[in-house]
Amino acid sequence: MSVDATAYAATGNAPAVAVTLSRAPRPGSRRWAVVIGGALLPALILAVWQFVTATGAVATSQLPSPQMVWEAAVDLAQRGLLWQYVAISTQRVVIGFLIGAALGLALGAVVGLSRFADILLAPTLGAIRAVPSLAWVPLLILWFKIGEESKIILITIGAFFPVYTTVAAALRHVDRQLVEAGRAFGYRGARLFFTVQLPAVIPSVASGLRLALAQAWLFLVAAELIAASMGLGFLLSDSGNNGRIDRIFLAIILLAVLGKVTDSILALFERWAVKKWA
Amino acid sequence: MALTQPPLLSRSSHVTNRAFSVEFAGLGRSFPAPKKKTSTGVLGDVTLRIEPGEIVAILGPSGCGKSTLLRIAGGLDSPTAGAVTIDGTPVTPFDARCAIGFQEPRLLPWRTLSDNVALGLPRGGSRTDGREIVAELVSLVGLSNFAGHTPRQISGGMAQRTSLARALARNPGVLLLDEPFGALDALTRLRMQDLLLEVHRAAPTTVLLVTHDVDEALQLADRVILLGKGQDDAANGIQQVVTVPGIRPRDRGSAELAELRAQLLGGLGIERHAAGQEHL
Repeated sequence: MSVDATAYAATGNAPAVAVTLSRAPRPGSRRWAVVIGGALLPALILAVWQFVTATGAVATSQLPSPQMVWEAAVDLAQRGLLWQYVAISTQRVVIGFLIGAALGLALGAVVGLSRFADILLAPTLGAIRAVPSLAWVPLLILWFKIGEESKIILITIGAFFPVYTTVAAALRHVDRQLVEAGRAFGYRGARLFFTVQLPAVIPSVASGLRLALAQAWLFLVAAELIAASMGLGFLLSDSGNNGRIDRIFLAIILLAVLGKVTDSILALFERWAVKKWA
Repeated sequence: MALTQPPLLSRSSHVTNRAFSVEFAGLGRSFPAPKKKTSTGVLGDVTLRIEPGEIVAILGPSGCGKSTLLRIAGGLDSPTAGAVTIDGTPVTPFDARCAIGFQEPRLLPWRTLSDNVALGLPRGGSRTDGREIVAELVSLVGLSNFAGHTPRQISGGMAQRTSLARALARNPGVLLLDEPFGALDALTRLRMQDLLLEVHRAAPTTVLLVTHDVDEALQLADRVILLGKGQDDAANGIQQVVTVPGIRPRDRGSAELAELRAQLLGGLGIERHAAGQEHL
């Protein structure tokens, strides 16, 4: 009731002021509720996992117990490998993602803004995009051996396309009326781009970046599975060969956590971008 | 929303007021028709001279090329025949001597009203002067209390006032308005018309106003141009030029204007219902 009263008072004084009514609290609007709600399912999975392994319902050769996975982590950490694998994988993803996203922004902008570049480049880029990620691996190994370059280039390819596609599409669909208004007030070229077109596509760019980061992790594992001597993908393939199922679980869980954490960072950026520019 | 008497422009310290003549000479515009090899003429042989400082309203039915004529005057479109000049020299693409107020406000949603108005400032002015001009224009259109709001937080009428302020920020020699009040409710529209007249009194620039509202044309304009197709014309041309008598602001109910209104509505193909037939 008090909410209504203040709203009327506010509108009575200044009819055009945007009045933000405090919404009735609904489930999921509080931060702690969101955190607890999101943790429920993982906790349940962990409990069931613990239960089926402890009771012997599933053989530990097929499904290691949470305890075994934890011990595998401690063991690797004591040898100094855990941190090294996580660090090298994250480093590859970050470098590949940054290069791929920068290239994607640049080429996406060119193709999205210029009809000429669109005709010239879009079909070729579309064809390269259609090549499955694993198809690049033998070629990259042949050219760059199994050094860092081969992996970073593969991740770059993976991160490039989501950014390129979303930026090009978003720029093509920037409100023509706004662009014309910009031109009518004397804005051209770079000034028009930075004043009207770029701000208009920032929310799409942010969601493109999130997709690109997910792709970067995907391509990282593809690269490391096949040709690496360290990293989480190497941990996966090495453990597969040695039958270390506890380490396979550890690697999968680490990939899930790392992917989710890095995605959350970009999600914060996206939320800010939508609030500021949309 | 009530417009308190806006202060008159004191911009003379920053910029000199400009008003240019506009001249259409045998102007025509046709668009290539889809599928057919021919092209459809929208405008044909429009010849008209608009004096500096004059307010001219262009009236006509939908699709008669009103907006096209305006866009050509501003260099947003180019004619397929004839020529248009401003102040004696040909119009260039997106001519810097013009400012346009579109049918929609077309504000940048991520910018505040002040920053949207600042978009209209001509290049090369100093930052401090720019800020002062923007503040003056924002207060001229009665939006000082909303300068920091974004377009999403304000009403349609306020957005159109911001759009008008942005056009004025360009210090235009010719102000082009394309049905600027068409989407507003009737009361807001009347207020906006008064506002436009006050702005014009403070800085008498040349105004070319497209409208489909006969009353609006009669209230605002020195001359009303009726565009349309004659009996056997292929394209739209000038059908009537009406000089509106009286000094603005005009009495909205005067008999003289009523007569002109009937004449213009007749030109638009609207029957005049004589007294006694009104209930039909």
